[in-house]
Amino acid sequence: METSGTVVITLEGLESLIGLLKRRGYRVIGPTVRDQAIIYDEIAALAELPRGWTDEQQGGLYRLVPRDDDAVFGYAVGPHSWKKFLHPPTELLWTAERTEKGLRVTPAPLPDERFAFIGVRGCDLHAIAIQDRVLTHGGKIDPHYRARREALFIVAVNCAVAGATCFCVSMQTGPKATGAYDLALTELGREEDHRFVVEAGSEAGRVVLAELPHRAATEKDIAEAEAVVSATAANMGRSMRSDDLHELLLRNLNHPRWDEVAARCLTCGNCTMVCPTCFCTTVEDATDLAGHRISRSQRWDSCFTMDFSFIHGGSVRASPRSRYRQWMTHKLATWQDQFGTMGCVGCGRCITWCPVGIDITEEVAAIRDSEQH
Amino acid sequence: MADTDGTTDPMVPRLARIARRRRDGPQVWTLEIEAEDSAGAGFAPGQFNMLTAFGVGEVPISLSGDPAEPDRLVHTIRAVGPVSTALTRLGPGETVGLRGPFGVGWPMAELAGHDVLIVAGGLGLAPLRPVLYRLLAERARYGKVVLLYGTRSPQEILFRRQIESWRRRLDIDIEVTVDHALGDWHGHVGVVTTLIPRASFDPAHTIALVCGPEVMMRFAIAALRDAGLPDTALFLSMERNMKCAVGLCGHCQIGPVFACRDGPVFRFDRLRNVLAVKEI
Ligand SMILES: Cc1cc2nc3c(=O)[nH]c(=O)nc-3n(C[C@H](O)[C@H](O)[C@H](O)COP(=O)(O)OP(=O)(O)OC[C@H]3O[C@@H](n4cnc5c(N)ncnc54)[C@H](O)[C@@H]3O)c2cc1C
Ligand code: SF4
Ligand code: FES
Repeated sequence: METSGTVVITLEGLESLIGLLKRRGYRVIGPTVRDQAIIYDEIAALAELPRGWTDEQQGGLYRLVPRDDDAVFGYAVGPHSWKKFLHPPTELLWTAERTEKGLRVTPAPLPDERFAFIGVRGCDLHAIAIQDRVLTHGGKIDPHYRARREALFIVAVNCAVAGATCFCVSMQTGPKATGAYDLALTELGREEDHRFVVEAGSEAGRVVLAELPHRAATEKDIAEAEAVVSATAANMGRSMRSDDLHELLLRNLNHPRWDEVAARCLTCGNCTMVCPTCFCTTVEDATDLAGHRISRSQRWDSCFTMDFSFIHGGSVRASPRSRYRQWMTHKLATWQDQFGTMGCVGCGRCITWCPVGIDITEEVAAIRDSEQH
Repeated sequence: MADTDGTTDPMVPRLARIARRRRDGPQVWTLEIEAEDSAGAGFAPGQFNMLTAFGVGEVPISLSGDPAEPDRLVHTIRAVGPVSTALTRLGPGETVGLRGPFGVGWPMAELAGHDVLIVAGGLGLAPLRPVLYRLLAERARYGKVVLLYGTRSPQEILFRRQIESWRRRLDIDIEVTVDHALGDWHGHVGVVTTLIPRASFDPAHTIALVCGPEVMMRFAIAALRDAGLPDTALFLSMERNMKCAVGLCGHCQIGPVFACRDGPVFRFDRLRNVLAVKEI
């Protein structure tokens, strides 16, 4: 039996969804509480979701706070993004062996993991779409990313809570989940009549949904779900005008504001690590002591390091000013030249996880405001 | 060419063997390598390969040989750090990893019918040598051909015997200058850009190809503009840190472009605005 249209499932339905995806061979990844943050990790049951928790975020500040209801998805995004799984921090590329007959290079096997992500927000759905463009739509592709991406099952969530550093409305990526999801949930009730309005976005989603206990959504369910999204949209913690960023930043490459932000920036690279679209990598070779076994791995890199732009004689971007400028202008301006999309989705992670609270929306506003005089 | 089927990983090297190795100056060696699996697919002047010294690392190195001989992959390498040093120490029969050729090279098709002015500094002559081979092989297709080449000292002149023999031809002007020289040098002394005003070419019909250290290229571009060349007739090869060479690692960005994929050779007007900004 197939389901068409919007349906409603209960908490038990969500529990069945997790079980069903596991039985279908997926590694189910979802939000869970670890080390006083909500992160993404493998989950086996509903009980592992951060039920009854929310987060408080500000520039340089993140704190878990208990909610006064039982909401399962009642928080914004945490320090992890889904790139941790699709484009992991380290990836073996190949190994080589030196034998009597010479050297043999063996490409690393393509991953056969099938991930199911539970709780992908609108911003992160767009971030995945952006990494798809970067890693699989150019002339050459990253086959490891593509293998994981093609096997992926996405359960999206329409946001019921806007974090204080969120600005997805400005970037047109949320709070409603739009794009390539298999299922999208909106959480309703939370205490009494706790339930989820579910839409399928793909054939795979419809097939899975049909196997869950569900009922058809009523007009009231649908209206309530829409109200949740509109309320979130009205409560964005940050905003950033985004239609003129390309020209604005490229005509201000020598703006004194870059010096001011550089005076605060620690060039720690946190912002690039938590960013769901940052894709840069470097490679590292390893060899055993005898030099018989050699391997090369790829790992996340950050444009905030000196090594990143090193060429014989020195780094191209030696000053912190030039490195912060590279990061921000890449996200908001040159990304558009390179990939035809924005490199920022408005998730706010770079603001929250910056130890000194540097705020990309504030930096843009400062440059824009200075032009008005 | 574009591999979008995902079956081959663009980051995995093929194996190649050192066929010949020749010293070409202090710390500089020219290696000729042969790919084990395939006949050379050919390369365009200005393209580069990623060469792996196994167990040490991988670096971008230009093709410096004759494009008419696609099976001989020639690379001229200065030993400056761990990987380049390891590569230059490999002897005949030893194995290197090979990926490439990559990138957009010099505008060979556009050169036909034009005067061609080549300005090279130091090792920057290496990626321009394939151009010279091609120009001289099809000499009648081009107007004047001028090579202005600068190095630090006479000892560092690359491809010296070849330059001497090319100099004996009447259909190419070659001027070599050095920054410093002792008494036994009778040529020019001074930076290569000082040769530009003295060279003979028709600015309205000239295309200039420039490769060398970035400061040298900046001065050369300024001198060429002063000589009356439009920005659309200036081409330069950019050096940036490169880890993938295929547009995936992000390292080689110069503002909106990737040096590995959109370059390394760029027409100057495409980079004019970004290169005007320091540390871009
Ligand atoms: C398109 C292109 C063509 C090149 N062609 C040649 C050539 O024909 N002959 C030649 O001798 N050299 C060439 N180079 C420069 C060569 O790649 C560097 O000298 C080499 O990477 C130095 O690495 P290393 O480990 O020996 O030294 P280190 O200086 O210790 O380098 C450490 C790391 O920094 C990076 N790096 C350092 N210098 C450069 C550089 N100049 N360019 C890019 N990355 C760098 C590399 O990732 C290297 O692994 C070319 C560079 C580019 C980008
Ligand atoms: S902006 Fe903040 S998070 Fe990013 S590198 Fe600078 S100090 Fe670190
Ligand atoms: S070298 Fe990796 S993107 Fe250019």
